[in-house]
Amino acid sequence: MLWNEEFETLPREALEALQLKRLRALVERVYAAVPYYRSKMDQSGIKPSDIKKLSDLSKLPFTTKEDLRINYPFGLFAVPFDQVVRIHVSSGTTGKPTVVGYTKRDIDSWAELMARTLYCGGAHQGDVVHNAYGYGLFTGGLGAHYGAEKIGAAVIPISGGNSKRQIMIMQDFGSTVLMCTPSYALNLADIMKEMEVESSSLKLRVGLFGAEPWSEKIREGIEKRLNIQAIDIYGLSEVMGPGVASECLEEKRGLHIFEDFFIPEIINPETGEVLPHGEKGELVFTTLTKEAFPVIRYRTKDITKLITEPCSCGRTFHRMQRITGRTDDMLIIRGVNVFPSQIEHVLMSIEGVEPHYQIVVDRDGALDIMEVQVEISEEIFSDEVKVLERLGKRIEREIKDLLGVSCKVKLVEPKTIQRSEGKAKRVIDNRKL
Amino acid sequence: MKVEQISIFLENKSGRLAEVSAVLANSGVNIRALSLADTSDFGILRLIVNDTEKAKQVLKDNSFTVGKTEVVAVEVADKPGGLAGILEVIKDSKINVEYMYAMIHKSAGNAIIVFRFDESEKAIEAMRKAGIKILKGDEVYSL
Repeated sequence: MLWNEEFETLPREALEALQLKRLRALVERVYAAVPYYRSKMDQSGIKPSDIKKLSDLSKLPFTTKEDLRINYPFGLFAVPFDQVVRIHVSSGTTGKPTVVGYTKRDIDSWAELMARTLYCGGAHQGDVVHNAYGYGLFTGGLGAHYGAEKIGAAVIPISGGNSKRQIMIMQDFGSTVLMCTPSYALNLADIMKEMEVESSSLKLRVGLFGAEPWSEKIREGIEKRLNIQAIDIYGLSEVMGPGVASECLEEKRGLHIFEDFFIPEIINPETGEVLPHGEKGELVFTTLTKEAFPVIRYRTKDITKLITEPCSCGRTFHRMQRITGRTDDMLIIRGVNVFPSQIEHVLMSIEGVEPHYQIVVDRDGALDIMEVQVEISEEIFSDEVKVLERLGKRIEREIKDLLGVSCKVKLVEPKTIQRSEGKAKRVIDNRKL
Repeated sequence: MKVEQISIFLENKSGRLAEVSAVLANSGVNIRALSLADTSDFGILRLIVNDTEKAKQVLKDNSFTVGKTEVVAVEVADKPGGLAGILEVIKDSKINVEYMYAMIHKSAGNAIIVFRFDESEKAIEAMRKAGIKILKGDEVYSL
């Protein structure tokens, strides 16, 4: 089912003409409104008038998370601040978050994108959308919410947490569409089993899952245990939030990128060179319509490839393969982005704690469990158990405060965390995705 | 009137305790008293030995995290009520026991109890007034 048949089935030629028109307008606008982009373009010797065809996009400099950090909080906004109606943030690599803004029109575009996404999953008016993405600074909750309202579904803005109540509400309200992270869907399945709730007693029909990488195997598990169809959706706050790309129910093979709003590129992460369609590399996005926070060639650090074959659902948009990895060390723990550098930041702020640590991620049932192993030093060692336990709790609390995700701190003996010659191996991810 | 105790951080994995004792044995260090506090992740081994400095050094050389603390050792008759009498004095003085452990002094037929108090000086004073025998460091090291 298509939400916007006209745009979603545009012949490629017409789509590309639209993209070029929007790209040129974007570059003009950003060059005029954002000094940082202007100076980067000037340094590369590029003027907006140099963008004559779509392939000229590759002449423009990349934008990275570091650029966003330098311009914290509002330096890259491209409209007067009184045009901004919403602000979201996502976690940054070094404590300071990344801030994104939306105008009224951006919020409308976003709702349009999420409406398309919901239609990709077969949702429609009359559905009861159980939205368990977190509401708040995270884009997931509100992004999904506006789309669900736009298609005329009844939204339950339940947000994350309190799984037993979630299941009770799904039973009592007759939820038909579930939106959450795939790991939370598995967690709900576990709790249902505990509560002896059969999936046949629920009206759930489909689930739209995203915000973290998952696999075909997890899809099979979710579909079987919840007795639903599960589709993969993709987005990131720097580009929009959820609603950048979505699988269709027809094929469930690759995520259609809404190319009238975003231009995807796949690059070689080392050289920055644009790779031909079908080759695997880093995914890069340029936003075509965004007003408050446009990005030009934003490097997502996600690894994927583009699929250009036509799809049986009728959408002419190219698809991206499920995300298969990252170019950096970012972890996604229960839907939250976690950078080892943030953990290091917390540890270094506590006196006597050595910067020797390791993050071990496991999956207990459906939930991600993060353990931070910290080497004990003579300075923090005590003959009293309570002193050491207090230290562990303090680190746990500070990590939770900074990242919004809980972890377990384990004190380990000195020199037991492997030292490597070059880059320290900070993360051991035992999750089998 | 205080006794030096060393404490060692041990991760909960098999063989660590054996390694500590082997390191000490190889250096000719004799253990006089010990206790092990354990949590689900780690343990703290507390030892009173005949040569504190040497023990500390050899353990450090073997990459153990070692701390040194002063504790109070008292001697009490090895009979019912021996410990109760001491704890009564401690309670009345409103002093907290962080931890304690005990051993039997074979030749004297007495028990020796090692205390870690939150306020050691106050505890020593209270016990002395109550006529409890407090041992000097050398008396314990050379048991």
